[in-house]
Amino acid sequence: MNEFSLALIECYNGWGWGQLPTDPESVAVTSAILKAIIAVGIVLATMGGCLYAVLLERKVAAWCQGRVGPCRTTFPMLMWFPVVGRILTYCGFIQPLADGGKLFLREEPIPGHVTKWLYHLAPCLALAPALVTLVMMPFTSYIDPETGKETAMMLCNMNPGFVFVVAVSSLGAYGTILAGWSSNSKYPFLASMRIGAQVISYELCIVTSILPIVLLTAANTDANPLSFFSIVSQQSDWWNIMLVPVSAIIYFSAMLAEMGRLPFDVPESETDTVGGFHTEYGTFKFGLFFVGEYLHIILGSIIFTLFFLGGWHILPFLPQIDGVWGSVLGLCCLLFKAFCLMFLIVWIRWTLPRFRFDQVMHLCWKALLPIAIVNLLAYFVIVTFIDLA
Amino acid sequence: MSFQQYKVLKRKPLRWWEKLYLPQILMGLKTTFGIMIRKPVTLKYPEERPVIPKGYRGVPTLVKDQEGREKCVSCQLCEFVCPAKAIRVTPGEVDPDSPHARVQEKAPAEFQINMLRCIYCGMCQEVCPESAIHLQDIYSLNGYSRESLVLNKEQLYKIGGTLPDKELKWAKKDNAVAEKH
Repeated sequence: MNEFSLALIECYNGWGWGQLPTDPESVAVTSAILKAIIAVGIVLATMGGCLYAVLLERKVAAWCQGRVGPCRTTFPMLMWFPVVGRILTYCGFIQPLADGGKLFLREEPIPGHVTKWLYHLAPCLALAPALVTLVMMPFTSYIDPETGKETAMMLCNMNPGFVFVVAVSSLGAYGTILAGWSSNSKYPFLASMRIGAQVISYELCIVTSILPIVLLTAANTDANPLSFFSIVSQQSDWWNIMLVPVSAIIYFSAMLAEMGRLPFDVPESETDTVGGFHTEYGTFKFGLFFVGEYLHIILGSIIFTLFFLGGWHILPFLPQIDGVWGSVLGLCCLLFKAFCLMFLIVWIRWTLPRFRFDQVMHLCWKALLPIAIVNLLAYFVIVTFIDLA
Repeated sequence: MSFQQYKVLKRKPLRWWEKLYLPQILMGLKTTFGIMIRKPVTLKYPEERPVIPKGYRGVPTLVKDQEGREKCVSCQLCEFVCPAKAIRVTPGEVDPDSPHARVQEKAPAEFQINMLRCIYCGMCQEVCPESAIHLQDIYSLNGYSRESLVLNKEQLYKIGGTLPDKELKWAKKDNAVAEKH
């Protein structure tokens, strides 16, 4: 983080609007302030993104079914702007605010048969780990025009960053499991048992399919191969999806299962478990689960982009531009790729039917996991040969 | 008991690439993408309305001819044929001073259609010898009370308006008489 702050401070000093001190103590203070501001900014941006991910889902659902989708909700003031107001209304731009605001205004009934303490804790647990993983994500990098040194633009460049993300993001499943358990009702309980089984199974596929990337990173660079930043920065030439396509497919499927998205959404399958784990939840707590689901989609897309799609690199074999504008362009590029992935995830949801629970388990243990292990062994052999040669 | 003959269709085993599911998933994505870029099939209702086909059976109304004459002669056939018993006609006489008195003797004093009973079967229109009752293309009639949906004569004529006769038989007769003399 201090490197990141130093880069920002030097950049600011270079603009000539004023001089910030660069001695270590002042940098530590500035760094702490910056961290707080950026952390709040990232959380706000992501939560806003969640709201609009819901809009994306509703619109894509409508398009896939030959409908128009939300196109009426508006502010009276918005219609004062002649063309823009009409377009924004037609795109459903205000709809997420109405959807979210509705949840605040409802009465909040708490069923008498629930375990209150866990019932209240569960929605927070579902949301918090996903937000924590944001800390570890490099959003872009800054290349110093003079020295050519690349600095990660991330809140915390921890050494085993990728292990942290994989570990913490799956903690979100505790929230959903606790929700089903504390509801003291059989359908949520059934759904939460399914989530438990599903998350544990697919976690294996996720880790096994990422390990070839770590091997490749270790082979290509001297930097720490477990750090997110070095995983992305070594993709400036070959993106990982070109080097390990099988891993990418397995990771993508396992990611869908981990997020509980269709075709793996057995935890929420309305036909056999009523509403899934959040049957007993209403209003704002339901909203938290709902936002958590979309937060997982956003984070999943960003993580997939970082692992496989070259992160902030614009195109394969295209060197990154120096300076601030290069960083901004990289950030936009990352967000664009993540958006395309989100679109793909939503698109898949409105295309495929749901798997049965036994099919989900079958797919994981008898298909994806063996392929992932063989894939890992193959890359192990290949990387060893390259290293020996 | 007769022996039922049947044919057994052989299912081909899946090829290896079919077992991967991925080609089929891609085909599915292609299908939904095709629908995505197509024009939506739904209408944004109050602003955009469907085109009502000819012969649509909407709200039954009374109509006048192009001279403003009430076509109904209160024969009450519609009242008798109505399977839902929605129509009630009170027969009356045409005022002798009216310009149409030469053409018709009777007209309804009161004509009520209960739109809550009406099943829009169109039998009244079919049975009417004078083509005086006509099912319009109005499909969203509504009101705030049961009473407001029992439409009386004025309301029925107001909605119905004018349905011109293809030929005015009395005018034709007048012309024939004029030619003879």
